[in-house]
Amino acid sequence: MISVSGVTKRFGSFTAVSDISFEVASGEIVGLLGPNGAGKSTTMRILAGVFPPSAGSAHIAGFDVVKEPLRARAAVGYFPERVAAYLDMSVESYLRYVGRMKGVARPELAEAARNAMTACGLEPVAKRIIGSLSKGFRQRVGIAQALTGEPKVLILDEPTAGLDPEQVAEMRELIRSLKQDRTVVLSTHILPEVENTCDRVIIIHRGRIVAVDTPANLNRTIQAAGRVVIEVNAAVSEVAEKLGEISGVVSVSPHPRAVDGAASFTVLTERDRDVREEIARAVTDSGWGLRELRSVAYSLEEIFLTLVNEDGEIQRNDDAGVDDL
Amino acid sequence: MRAWTICRRELQATFSSVVAYILLAVFLLLAGYFFYSDLVFILLVSSFTPVAGLWQWVFLDMRLVTLLILPLVTMRLFAEEKKLGTMELMWTYPVRDLEIVAGKFAAAVIFFLIMLVPTAIPCALLYSFQPFDLQPLLAAYLGLILLGIGFISCGLFVSSTTENQVVSAMVTYGILVFFWFLTWNEEAANQAALRVLLGMSLFDRFYNFTRGVIDTRDVVFFTLFISFFLFLTWQSLASRKWRGVP
Repeated sequence: MISVSGVTKRFGSFTAVSDISFEVASGEIVGLLGPNGAGKSTTMRILAGVFPPSAGSAHIAGFDVVKEPLRARAAVGYFPERVAAYLDMSVESYLRYVGRMKGVARPELAEAARNAMTACGLEPVAKRIIGSLSKGFRQRVGIAQALTGEPKVLILDEPTAGLDPEQVAEMRELIRSLKQDRTVVLSTHILPEVENTCDRVIIIHRGRIVAVDTPANLNRTIQAAGRVVIEVNAAVSEVAEKLGEISGVVSVSPHPRAVDGAASFTVLTERDRDVREEIARAVTDSGWGLRELRSVAYSLEEIFLTLVNEDGEIQRNDDAGVDDL
Repeated sequence: MRAWTICRRELQATFSSVVAYILLAVFLLLAGYFFYSDLVFILLVSSFTPVAGLWQWVFLDMRLVTLLILPLVTMRLFAEEKKLGTMELMWTYPVRDLEIVAGKFAAAVIFFLIMLVPTAIPCALLYSFQPFDLQPLLAAYLGLILLGIGFISCGLFVSSTTENQVVSAMVTYGILVFFWFLTWNEEAANQAALRVLLGMSLFDRFYNFTRGVIDTRDVVFFTLFISFFLFLTWQSLASRKWRGVP
């Protein structure tokens, strides 16, 4: 449904994406994952038809985005990183306008707008002026805008950015419900987002593709070790010794700063081993006060360090370091 | 078709905001006052028929009011969409850049024409008291319409280069006033340069129309002026391809 081959985009002397190639099959949900400035938005804008690539080619539903831009665009619904809508229009009249712009025939306009509103739960605010809606609702208006006209491909650029946790959950639910018969490319810089929604993940770093895999496989590669943070009201050396004896624990490293005489540690464990219960038992059996015990997910920054280090070529290019992640 | 959709949305947005009505009111008040004062003046100094020379006065004054109002009409056309981010969305719809330019341009021209309609009322009243030759009046209107559309095309271009509406209006004023003052001090330029400058001065070109003269060269000049800025607007939209989208 989407095919990108050798796409490069330069702005003046700045190269935003460099020689990117990937395919997305019909009905698939693919996540573009990468830190800010990695080239996600540029890639998505090329797919959505905002601007053409400097080199290489991209096809949407069989249409070349450069040679047949209008047909390619007609197959795409786009949700921009910066949520935008005419604030002085009502939700319904805005979606009808979007329908007209996308070439929906006049008799079907009302239905197209209604379908998009239904899919995004916007019926209660159909007559409200967009400017008076909350951020969560405006974000949904943005999704409804992308859905209007039933495009085969949806390009969603950071659909959950800037929402509060409840709204994020609602938005993920909404995106999952869109799957059905559509091809979706969404971008994010938050890992759980991809794990929850995507069939496949493309990791982009500095305008290049670093990895393409399923979220599960990717997780296995990345999660070489599990990680637990623990805070105990006891002496550092005793705790370290005790925890080190638990089977499955790889290393115990104390944190430099203790709070109120309590010691805190990061415990690395073997892959796929959850040792939290053993740790808790060890601590309570020793009669220490357990203040905190939680497993810590790997942040995107750490994942990037892992992936980038695995890939020699990229590592060489990145001798300057990854401090801007 | 898409151009019409854009034009329609633009007009709806214009007329659903109070700004449009304020601009209309100010324009009509000033235009009406100038008509009245010019008529009184002509009646005082000229013992002859009031219409001879009247249109020249009235339309030279209308020119100023138009210059004052139109940059405020065009300033938001693209600047607002860029600020809102809706411009980026428009580029993902199956619509050509040229259609976007045409839609925005048509909306501003239609607003301008709507603005002009009530100014015909005092002319009609005058005609009912004392019928006059319509040709010079129509020539003057044609000139004013061409001049106004020239302002609009210039304002449209400036609006496409910024997302700040105030900057958009100010730069448009700057460019238009420059085209006016170009020939103000005829002593400052040598004869050869003056001939070129006179050829480019919007307002000198307009002067002929107010005297009831429709010169093909003037019509061609305005058409070129308008096309030039519409072309620049089109190129300005296309510049996202190498400059990117903020």
